[in-house]
Amino acid sequence: MSKNRPNPRPGFVLEVDRQTPPILFHHGEGFRMEKLPVGRSRVIYPPEPLHGIKDPDAAIADALANPIDDDPLAELMKPGMKLTIAFDDISLPLPPMQRPDIRQRIIEQVLDLAAAGGVDDVHIIAALCLHRRMTENELRHAVGDRVYEAFAPYGQLYNHDAEDPEGMVILGTTKHDEIVQMSKRAAESDLVVYVNINLVSMDGGWKSTATGLSGYQGVRAHHNVKTMRHSKSFMDQDASELHRSNWRQGEVIKKSGPRIFQIETTVNTNAFGSDGPMSTLQKREWEWTARDRATFAGMQAGLKLMPSGAKHKAFHNWKAPYEMTSVQAGEVEAVHKKTTEMVYKQHMVPVEGQTDIVTMGLPYLSPYNVNSIMNPILVTVQGLGYFFNLYRGKPVVREGGVLIMSHPTPWEFHPVHHPSYIDFFEQVLADTTDPIEIEKKYEKQYAEDEWYRHLYRTSYAYHGVHPFYMWYWASHAMEYLGGVIVVGGDPKAVRRLGFKPATTLNDALEMASDVVGPAPTLTHIHNPPIFMADVQ
Amino acid sequence: MGWIRFITTPPSTPKGVEKPVPESTVGVQYNTKWARSRPAKVAREVGVWGFMKPAIQIYGSPRVIGTDRLTDLEGPVVFAANHHSHADTSLLLATIPAHLRRNLSVAAGADYFFPNKVAGALSALFIGAIPIERQKLSKLSIENALEAIDSCNSLLIYPEGGRSPDGWSREHRPGAAFVAKKSGVPVVPTYIDGTGSILPKGKNWPSRSRCAVVFGSPMQSDESEDARAFAKRIESRVSELADEFSSGWWEARKKAHAGQTKDLNGPEAGAWRRRWALGPKPGAKANKPSWP
Repeated sequence: MSKNRPNPRPGFVLEVDRQTPPILFHHGEGFRMEKLPVGRSRVIYPPEPLHGIKDPDAAIADALANPIDDDPLAELMKPGMKLTIAFDDISLPLPPMQRPDIRQRIIEQVLDLAAAGGVDDVHIIAALCLHRRMTENELRHAVGDRVYEAFAPYGQLYNHDAEDPEGMVILGTTKHDEIVQMSKRAAESDLVVYVNINLVSMDGGWKSTATGLSGYQGVRAHHNVKTMRHSKSFMDQDASELHRSNWRQGEVIKKSGPRIFQIETTVNTNAFGSDGPMSTLQKREWEWTARDRATFAGMQAGLKLMPSGAKHKAFHNWKAPYEMTSVQAGEVEAVHKKTTEMVYKQHMVPVEGQTDIVTMGLPYLSPYNVNSIMNPILVTVQGLGYFFNLYRGKPVVREGGVLIMSHPTPWEFHPVHHPSYIDFFEQVLADTTDPIEIEKKYEKQYAEDEWYRHLYRTSYAYHGVHPFYMWYWASHAMEYLGGVIVVGGDPKAVRRLGFKPATTLNDALEMASDVVGPAPTLTHIHNPPIFMADVQ
Repeated sequence: MGWIRFITTPPSTPKGVEKPVPESTVGVQYNTKWARSRPAKVAREVGVWGFMKPAIQIYGSPRVIGTDRLTDLEGPVVFAANHHSHADTSLLLATIPAHLRRNLSVAAGADYFFPNKVAGALSALFIGAIPIERQKLSKLSIENALEAIDSCNSLLIYPEGGRSPDGWSREHRPGAAFVAKKSGVPVVPTYIDGTGSILPKGKNWPSRSRCAVVFGSPMQSDESEDARAFAKRIESRVSELADEFSSGWWEARKKAHAGQTKDLNGPEAGAWRRRWALGPKPGAKANKPSWP
């Protein structure tokens, strides 16, 4: 898989000086090149993609035959048993990976063992919790045509339905009175095999089953403002209340739920490839060759000329040449420990101290707009929810500092995928942007709305409560920061979010100095490819 | 005039001396090294894009299954496929992923494809043929195959040794397995369906009919098994792929594990019963009553 790439270099922090070239900022479905202030700016570069496993199929077979703290999967397959295979949905990995998807590789091997063991009763479930249902093409991409054609036409491969009154059960409550809810089919199975792709350290572990196969009653236990504000950050398991809550729910599943056989994988950060036109995006700017520069200039010129529909299609058609860097199977917690080590190995960049300002260029994609539109709420969650939280220790920006993000932030929504987002933006944010007030005043109404429920179950809509969760995910950053400025965004939409719009980065820096004082220090997060700052 | 005659007329051999036999440069001894040069490969790609792909699309509208199983392969590999028709090679050249097709040689019957230099050159150039003796596992055939693999070429071999005479497959000969074992490269079992209706043995002009190709997961030989055992395993895998094509992947896997996959060789019976067991040809019109 890894074709003669040199050994990957670790991530590092560049101090910006006079020689530093303009730095690449992702800007939705486009890019900006920005000169950062000399002498007081630094740029965090991600580690280069680790080499992938040369023979992923053999590695998967080995993991299933030699699991951690569990019996070999072949020995768990018995005639007459009820087997459920659940897998991560469209939100992972980002961008979607080139075929064959890791989930396909694993599910085929699991099914092969099931066939050898004489297991007839098999269901395969996309564990999407309150996310939108996956389309046929998306399911085919994830599990492969062979599996899709063998199971979907017979109703044995389907999307999880968290609002099916007959299809969900309560397994119990944790010692903190958190309800543990699960798909009935999974709960009544003799064995649940969970197939995961870990892109960031928050994924996997008990979150796979406790959240992925759960419903509103289960996830409201941790998808709330209090939990989010006590997760510093939710990418750092030791400091994450979200993680602890999922683990408590895992205890209940262990006691009262089905037997879980967890299969976790990690991928490298080869989002744009090591060759080809997009590879420029994951190179360091001073290492761009004449060819890279010509490619980038051509890409910029092309993007300017392209109609927005074509541009959108071009970006969303991109499939990342991710390579699998590890696969481990067996007991959930033991497996997840090893997975987390591998994620940290790929992502972690040591960073000294904090700065007054953090800048970031937001790309065209977040976990919730695959083949869709990145609406203003998703812009918020991408910047303040995800990128801001990619730290261990403390944020790269000091408390009371300013976050500057670059994104066009159009006042635009996907009417099929995000119907409740539209109302949330028009009704709720027009009233208040305070997460606690929003939670108290509006959440129940949206979560229990019959129309949103209907669209979630029968169309391809995110659950009515989903935009609330997006807002809560940003609540830690909102509480911590002194201000948020969006460069190049639609001013009206940005103001509705409660942020300040700026036309250029220089304007944004001027505006930020009103909050943090003159000549502020600045850190730019050069993401994607994704990384995590280990702030000392 | 005398000088011209002297130059153009070979001298006669004295009676007491045995006439030297010139070394043959056709048949299995035809040297195909030139056909693996870059210009020849470019010419072959032009042929694939300009002729084979459109032709197979028009005549066969092929369904291609399992190319995702080949993405990790960098080559060389040995493709081992069942063989119904001359259209098989065109079908495979049109459907094998480009990164493997660009460096692909096809093991072709030395007697059929290399009877003389012109036919040999055309076969080598347009389908990347290398000469193999079909009736026996000869040293020269193996050398030709290994030489192709040594020069980083993948190899397409029809282990049945020739086209099916009646629509059923024949037992695999150990050639493909032997070459793969000897060179240490993986074998891609490949099942071809429907080409027998496009251009069956004995016909010179194709007719339109649907065809399909199913690529299986690469197989490595075990240290413990000999070429015959490996060939048997490849044959079973091709049968499983045929089952995957007809009854779906999951059913095929269950049958494979239960040892219930039917082989492709058909019943051991007389010719008509074998033909009968094949069932009607795809697309064949049912007999209509003429009255009323």
